[in-house]
Amino acid sequence: MNMHSTFRILRFDPKKDKKPYFQEYRHQPKPKDSILEALKDIRNEQDPSLAFRYSCREAVCGSCGMVINGQIDLACRIQVESLQSDLIVVEPLPNLEIQKDLFVDMEPFWAAYREIQPYLQPEGDVPEKGHRVEEKKMEKVFQYITCVLCACCYSSCPVASRDGRYLGPAALAKLFRFISDPRDSRPYAALKKVDSPAGAWGCDTVFRCNVVCPKSVRPADGIEGLRRKLVAEKTKRIFKRKP
Amino acid sequence: MISHDLLIVGGGLAGLAAAMSADPKLKVAVISKVHPLRSHSVAAQGGINAALGNHPNGKDDAWEKHAFDTIKGSDYLADQDAAELLCQKAVPLMYELDHWGVPFSRFPGGVIAQRPFGGAGFPRTCYAADRTGQVILHTLYEQAVRRNVTFLDEWLVANLVVGDGKCLGLVAYELGSGKIHPLPAKAVIFATGGYGRVYLRSSNAYINLGGGIGMAYRAGVPLKDMEFVQFHPTTLYGKNILITEGARGEGGYLINNEGRRFMEDYAPKAMELAPRDIVARAIQREIDKGNGFENQYVHLDLRPLGREKIEKRLPAIQEICLRFASLDPVDTPIPIQPAQHYSMGGIDVDKYGASPIEGFYAAGECACVSVHGANRLGGNSLLEAVVFGKIAGEAASAFVKTGSFPDKPQKGVAEEAQRFFSKVKSLRERDTGENVFKLLDKLKLLMSDKVGIFRKGKDLQEALEGVTELKEESKRAFIFGSCDRYCQELVVLTEFDYMLDVAEAIIVAALAREETRGSHYRTDFPVRDDNNWLKHTLLTWTEKGPEITYRPVKVDKYQPQERKY
Repeated sequence: MNMHSTFRILRFDPKKDKKPYFQEYRHQPKPKDSILEALKDIRNEQDPSLAFRYSCREAVCGSCGMVINGQIDLACRIQVESLQSDLIVVEPLPNLEIQKDLFVDMEPFWAAYREIQPYLQPEGDVPEKGHRVEEKKMEKVFQYITCVLCACCYSSCPVASRDGRYLGPAALAKLFRFISDPRDSRPYAALKKVDSPAGAWGCDTVFRCNVVCPKSVRPADGIEGLRRKLVAEKTKRIFKRKP
Repeated sequence: MISHDLLIVGGGLAGLAAAMSADPKLKVAVISKVHPLRSHSVAAQGGINAALGNHPNGKDDAWEKHAFDTIKGSDYLADQDAAELLCQKAVPLMYELDHWGVPFSRFPGGVIAQRPFGGAGFPRTCYAADRTGQVILHTLYEQAVRRNVTFLDEWLVANLVVGDGKCLGLVAYELGSGKIHPLPAKAVIFATGGYGRVYLRSSNAYINLGGGIGMAYRAGVPLKDMEFVQFHPTTLYGKNILITEGARGEGGYLINNEGRRFMEDYAPKAMELAPRDIVARAIQREIDKGNGFENQYVHLDLRPLGREKIEKRLPAIQEICLRFASLDPVDTPIPIQPAQHYSMGGIDVDKYGASPIEGFYAAGECACVSVHGANRLGGNSLLEAVVFGKIAGEAASAFVKTGSFPDKPQKGVAEEAQRFFSKVKSLRERDTGENVFKLLDKLKLLMSDKVGIFRKGKDLQEALEGVTELKEESKRAFIFGSCDRYCQELVVLTEFDYMLDVAEAIIVAALAREETRGSHYRTDFPVRDDNNWLKHTLLTWTEKGPEITYRPVKVDKYQPQERKY
């Protein structure tokens, strides 16, 4: 270890370049450096024009999703050494347009997020002494709140890649987080939006999202939960109609 | 040119709280150099303080006791009326956050769970496992989406424009297009966070360069109490990632290389839960005495908690340890060392978030109200960000509706934008000079070396000389290549000049304060001196360097006494 590595990084400025190309940098990472630290060093020492997102460097802000030697992950949580390779190929997240180098256009991802009404809709005003919610009833919610909205799942999803209307794993799992919350009171009508191939029924259940999620959220569990909820609500309605 | 009623700079807790409380009828936008969910608030772990009295050992808690702990923790430098306001607002705020959707951990009976934290008389830190900052930030963002708040994501504010003592607006660089925009506004709130990355070892996100603080300073707003820099006792050795105080709150021990809980020598009653300044100094002393490991760190031992408690209450800490240190805290102690964590000082504002410049407000870590004085208690920063963010949003909205405004703010803002444009152009035209990233590394080394936990006059003097040299060198900085869109080099270059001002302010204030108080420890003046120094430091930018004045601390109920823990 600790020898020079070759970093082959996808470069593209749609305002200037005809098409994306790979640029190679020789760089010697320090022991235990993450891919993000290596990218920063390369930028700082060799090529300040190299563009990528970053912020927290501890896998909690969701900025630095990218493809590293073929695997989608957050660059800050991957140690260079762990790749056991002296060639490191870095590409931007797929399924999203490149804005520049490793910057991708996250807007389709955020649009899907906004679509599901990503906020708690509690009944009434703030209760005087707060809500009373047993921790047990929050357990389903806790699985999903670790999501950092990095779009790794969205980028890995085969359905999202072929169908731009599909809301994708993160948004659907977020919706399930809210309907599982005992404090939420959104009506069934709010779920109807996802009762479609662009919503809960679009998932191919290949579980790429579960595999790539750097926060172990298992978004597909949420999609499955939505499906169960939709079916249960429909069944309930059928029986209500015929007492 | 688009004019706004109110521009909020920063999309962390304080900025979003301000956006939530701003009058929705006004034309408001939140500007942030990153997407709001990438803000550093997301990294806060352990919790947020409020005297709810939900813990079995906290039944007798009350906001007044929270206020007293905050004031004592501040080494009596907090303004007592502001600290009381903070703690009084905390209780209803928790219920509001709960109603907005924050998934707090719960106690049996379904009430919000609370844990012990440093310097607190009762367990009053509300939490969501060890992801409290993340869930509150996400919740505020969700509610902001619900309210259709306008966001300008990935815009770097480069200048605060002031004319005749009034706020005129901002100049901003839009990363996506590479354009420079003049942004006139009737009022501006800065919620730009801290300056952690002025230091080499910092728990802060890479983006915390502190440009906002420097920008306000340059525009004529004084900075207050800049000498008070918080060093968090427990950051992961090597990466300096925060290991929450909650880890000690839940029962973790600090152990030196003799296998001893050395805090008994420094704070025999509070032990690991003494305030941060005391614990950070204790750890550094142990390391300096040779009682550390590899002369670099001590151990934070979570083994007494057991697997179940660690996995339930501290899952993110376990994840950080596994991922960034290849160890499981269930069976291995965590190597930790102190690192820069928080800025008690900042932009001088009153308890409404208002600065001496009409129409300019600040809230959160970039501001200094002051509620933290010389040392902040853990769990009070998220609280301050939300409480004073909201207050600033309301106050700025009221100002927009009732204030008087300059006739042609557009002109002043456009001129400033033109000046910035020319500066960037000249930086690009140069084809040789200093690499700003290298200059930044030099600054960080200097600050960590000379302006750390233990300070002395000689070191501070040297640091000041170092900053003066760097100021010269930064005049020769340039932009390498033809980077215009998403040019992070331009971001760092723009902020670097402000960082130098911030660093200078910290050093000058630290050099002047010849006493020891809270986080400011002078080895050459090792005792607190209330006769001469129970006062706030104020620095005003001038061509010749910072001009120092002082302001008395607001002391009403609690007379300063010796801090014993």
